[in-house]
Amino acid sequence: MRAPSQTDIAAGEVLLSVENVSLSFGGVRAIRDVSFDIRKGEIRAIIGPNGAGKTSMLNVINGFYTPQQGKITFKGGTRNKMRPYDAARGGIARTFQNVALFRGMTALDNIMAGRTLRMHRGLFWQMLRFGPAMREEVAHRRRAEEIIDFLHIEHIRKVQVGRLPYGLQKRVELARALAMEPELLLLDEPMAGMNLEEKEDMSRFVLDVNQHYGTTIALIEHDMGVVMDLSDRVVVLDYGQKIADGTPDEVKSNQAVIDAYLGVAH
Amino acid sequence: MFYREVGQYKTSYAADQAIFPIMQDRIGMVVIILGAYALTFTNNDFLLNAMMTPFLIFTLAAIGLNILTGYTGLLSLGTGAFMGVGAYACYKLTTLFPGVNIIIWILASGFFSALVGVIFGLPSLRIKGFYLAVATLAAQFFLEWCFIRIPWLYNYNTSAAIEVPTRTLFGIPVTGATATAETRYLVVLTIVIAMTWIASNIVHGRVGRMWMAVRDMDIAAELIGIRLLPTKLLAFAVSSFYCGVAGAMMVFLWYGGAESTVFSINQSFFVLFMVIIGGLGSLLGSYLGAGLIFMLPIILRLVPPRFGIPVHAATVEHITFMIVGALIVFFLIVEPHGLARLWQIAKQKLRVWPFPY
Repeated sequence: MRAPSQTDIAAGEVLLSVENVSLSFGGVRAIRDVSFDIRKGEIRAIIGPNGAGKTSMLNVINGFYTPQQGKITFKGGTRNKMRPYDAARGGIARTFQNVALFRGMTALDNIMAGRTLRMHRGLFWQMLRFGPAMREEVAHRRRAEEIIDFLHIEHIRKVQVGRLPYGLQKRVELARALAMEPELLLLDEPMAGMNLEEKEDMSRFVLDVNQHYGTTIALIEHDMGVVMDLSDRVVVLDYGQKIADGTPDEVKSNQAVIDAYLGVAH
Repeated sequence: MFYREVGQYKTSYAADQAIFPIMQDRIGMVVIILGAYALTFTNNDFLLNAMMTPFLIFTLAAIGLNILTGYTGLLSLGTGAFMGVGAYACYKLTTLFPGVNIIIWILASGFFSALVGVIFGLPSLRIKGFYLAVATLAAQFFLEWCFIRIPWLYNYNTSAAIEVPTRTLFGIPVTGATATAETRYLVVLTIVIAMTWIASNIVHGRVGRMWMAVRDMDIAAELIGIRLLPTKLLAFAVSSFYCGVAGAMMVFLWYGGAESTVFSINQSFFVLFMVIIGGLGSLLGSYLGAGLIFMLPIILRLVPPRFGIPVHAATVEHITFMIVGALIVFFLIVEPHGLARLWQIAKQKLRVWPFPY
């Protein structure tokens, strides 16, 4: 499969940047004046203690929340807020902390649904389901099968996802996101609730996606071992503020980060 | 024993994406369709006119509601009114332009119903579940009011009812008093089969996946690039189209005339029961549900006298209410996916028989 690059942004250049973003819900200030960028081709981790505003940040990036202040620049276009449809169209895919699959559909249908934006035959051809509509369906089925092979979920492709165990659901969700052939993949705690073996598998998949497809990845993760091994750069949030940003080694030795995680003696 | 898929290898994705991938299912479909057409030769007016025709018409309405409620997850109580829009539109069209073939008008009246459905579907972006049901209830009452209070809709008849004029197809009367039960049945059967085929194509393709994605998890659907409002409105349009055609057929090919009370809230509930008992999100379920709910009273009326048990018509009605009520409670608790799911389980058992799994 070819790398899904639709832009001329070269590897290493800034793909997405958020500048001075602030988000509050009434009196709760979830994100305060945070700026950081994601470079093309890297694995970028967002870490921080619970309630630090990590998931809110992802929701701002793919347009689910509208920040009160700040700008988001994606592929050179600057805007005050993203809209979910524009984000999807622009190539941002997402998985959720608590799996958000279409539970009534099979794994295959979930993945095929991920290709919705790339299918163009209208209602008329859908009604007939032969000729161009069937050719399109088969062409996309082939792409879906490539992803199924890639993530080793051949055996469950016809199983309704509501009946799958949690670890496989997470994998199907990743498959659905990959089916969009995204440029930027947002992973919200992809290893949450997994055992060591499953975590290793998932880490392998994340690395493979990054290297094989050239997809830029932003991930939230609590397992520090995973974060330090996988990511190229790490941004640390605490109480909605950015307290550190840099390579895993820099972040590891940052005093503010240590204080945030371990607490400070008063 | 005969229901095995062993040895049926699929060598292309097209074969695997087929709607009936198993050979026995395809043969079964052909047999059922041929059998349905063969019923015409029984010359049994009661069977055709009082059982099969209305059963098929209700099936079409149930498919319409199933597209909206079962596939897209939008609860609607306006089915009766949308059927009414189809019926009144068809009546107006055929009296204004009597020269045009009635079949064309029956199908065209679906578009009026679709338009009305889209208008009343607009609130669905903001409201869900019970609240949307109440919004469609408003559509039901408003449209019913229109059917009574706008005399233009029934051409200022003193009876305030629509009376179906005689219309012909290839010189044979299709509607009106002179049309035979066989002709009507054949027209209804052909339209219902064609529209079921189309519905099955839609729900198995991209559009169907979009609907089900919205039903199962609207947040995730939005983030994979499905725009919620157009998707929901499309579901309303297609669903109302089906209901509208069903309504037009109900008046033109079954009743032969109707007042506004035919399209009351009771009709909406009647179709909703069919969908729930038959199975949400299943086209087969629409057939099974319509069959059970519509045929049950007829069977109760016919069978006991055969065994010499006299049953009063009112008793039949009461028993029907009790049985249907009990069935709805039973299905909601035991098998929310309805008869269609039971059928699937039976097929699965048959596939591995004589082994338990």
